[in-house]
Amino acid sequence: MSPPAQHRPARPAAGAANPPFKLPPPLFSARCSACWFTAALLALVVASFATLNLQWGEFLSLDALRSMGRFLAEFFPPDTSPEFLRRVAMGTWETLAMSALGTVLAAAAGLLLAAPASRMHADDPARARMPTRLLLNALRSIPELVWAGLLLIAAGLGPFAGTLALAMHTTGVLGRLFAEAVENAPSGPADALRAQGVSDTSVFLYATLPQVLPQLMSYTLYRWENNIRAAAVLGVVGAGGLGQLLSFHMGLFHMGKTATILGAMLLLVALVDALSYLWRRLLTR
Amino acid sequence: MNASLSLPPPQRDPAWLGRVFWLGAGLVLLWPLMVATEFRPWIFLEHGNLKVTGQFLRSFLPPAVGGEFLWLIAHESWRTVAIATAGMTLAWLLALPLTLLSTRVLSVSALAGRMARGPFVLRQALRWLLIVLRSVPELVWALVFVRVVGLGPTAGVLAIALTYGGMLGKVYGEILESGDTHATETLLRNGSSRLQAFFYGLLPQNAAELTSYTVYRWECAIRSSVVLGFVGAGGLGQQMDNSMKMFNGDEVLTMLAVFMALVALADRVSSGLRKALG
Repeated sequence: MSPPAQHRPARPAAGAANPPFKLPPPLFSARCSACWFTAALLALVVASFATLNLQWGEFLSLDALRSMGRFLAEFFPPDTSPEFLRRVAMGTWETLAMSALGTVLAAAAGLLLAAPASRMHADDPARARMPTRLLLNALRSIPELVWAGLLLIAAGLGPFAGTLALAMHTTGVLGRLFAEAVENAPSGPADALRAQGVSDTSVFLYATLPQVLPQLMSYTLYRWENNIRAAAVLGVVGAGGLGQLLSFHMGLFHMGKTATILGAMLLLVALVDALSYLWRRLLTR
Repeated sequence: MNASLSLPPPQRDPAWLGRVFWLGAGLVLLWPLMVATEFRPWIFLEHGNLKVTGQFLRSFLPPAVGGEFLWLIAHESWRTVAIATAGMTLAWLLALPLTLLSTRVLSVSALAGRMARGPFVLRQALRWLLIVLRSVPELVWALVFVRVVGLGPTAGVLAIALTYGGMLGKVYGEILESGDTHATETLLRNGSSRLQAFFYGLLPQNAAELTSYTVYRWECAIRSSVVLGFVGAGGLGQQMDNSMKMFNGDEVLTMLAVFMALVALADRVSSGLRKALG
């Protein structure tokens, strides 16, 4: 006996708007890799906080707050004597020059390394791909400050070592990004030239490169924004620029001068961010 | 291939004049930069420098693999990773509410045209806060905190939390606003709350990009925590500083290998996650 037609549960037809009702998956099951990943992540975070013996109590105590307040109060008034301002301006220019030259050198080196690090077309054996990528990863995984420390031994104190340190690390970053951009570029124009028997170098220069150039430019500008921050602190190990002034005056507890230098750093970072933003707007328009 | 069918290639680059001009102009612009940075590559080849460098490089091999030293390095590496992870966790907790509050896509009043004045002022103020947080390099925060709380990991964790909180907040906002916002708008128009619109509209669309940016920042945080070690936050950076001052190249080489392993690990995690989230 079949129930009356109006009580029959509506069976969704194939391709109906509402899929059949399904229970949500259980919150945890041994086969769910996302659950394991989340658990591992939580364990990592808990273990990090547990093993570091962070002194929050000391940090948030009234005493610490008072000493923090005293410390901040010492920043005022900032030193604005013309003679010191001139030195800060010199340091700012040096930092700007370090970051800009480091980025330009890195973009050039990154482009040179991106060509062997990418597979240009399907039949490309790309024998140099793995070794070049390994080199790029090595350059990238060592922080700028460590590069600066290593290069100071070879090049002596001063902004030159800092510039090269920035260039080394940034070459690793940009080379990898450039290689990925080159590999993802549409292959039509390059294939057309290659079918005509044009040499690999010319194909790269006249077909692949013009296609990816705006993207490479925007990566480079983005790295310049990062490098201006890095250049500002490289001086802490003696590599010139604002950082060197900062660590010198902070070490001597010249708090008014330190405040001026910090202000100059903030201005410089804001300026470079704005410039790079405008430039990228121009590029994408 | 029949040569007569294909066009003869042009004999010269038609745009060579412009290219040469811009190359020359670029070099002229670079000149003052080179003067300011004392760009003199030949000082590498001076006799004294060459000798010191050679000695240092020779001391790299073989890398230090003594049991006691490796144990110390493992301990310090964990400390470096832990500082980075704790800092990133705090940064994430700081960035999350700031992002939700400052994202224009989640504005209800903007659906009707212009955003109301109150929300606009709030969003703009939070944006400025994020810019200030990320403009101060983490090393400067750390130098300030070290003065107040003394040496130790607390200063490092806080420094990373503040700077990276600003960076995460700004970039999360940019990612959320750059994608297709149609689904979110529809949800909001049909009366869902802002949080619902975020969790069911914005988040699923941008999850992969947000995750890969977060993992990338974690990798940067590991590098930062190495750098913070140089000013006394502990971890690999402090060891590195000691070994470089003592010219112990073999120890330096071992630590450089550890850096590369850590970054490779972060890469692996990031690409795996991106694949899983599509």
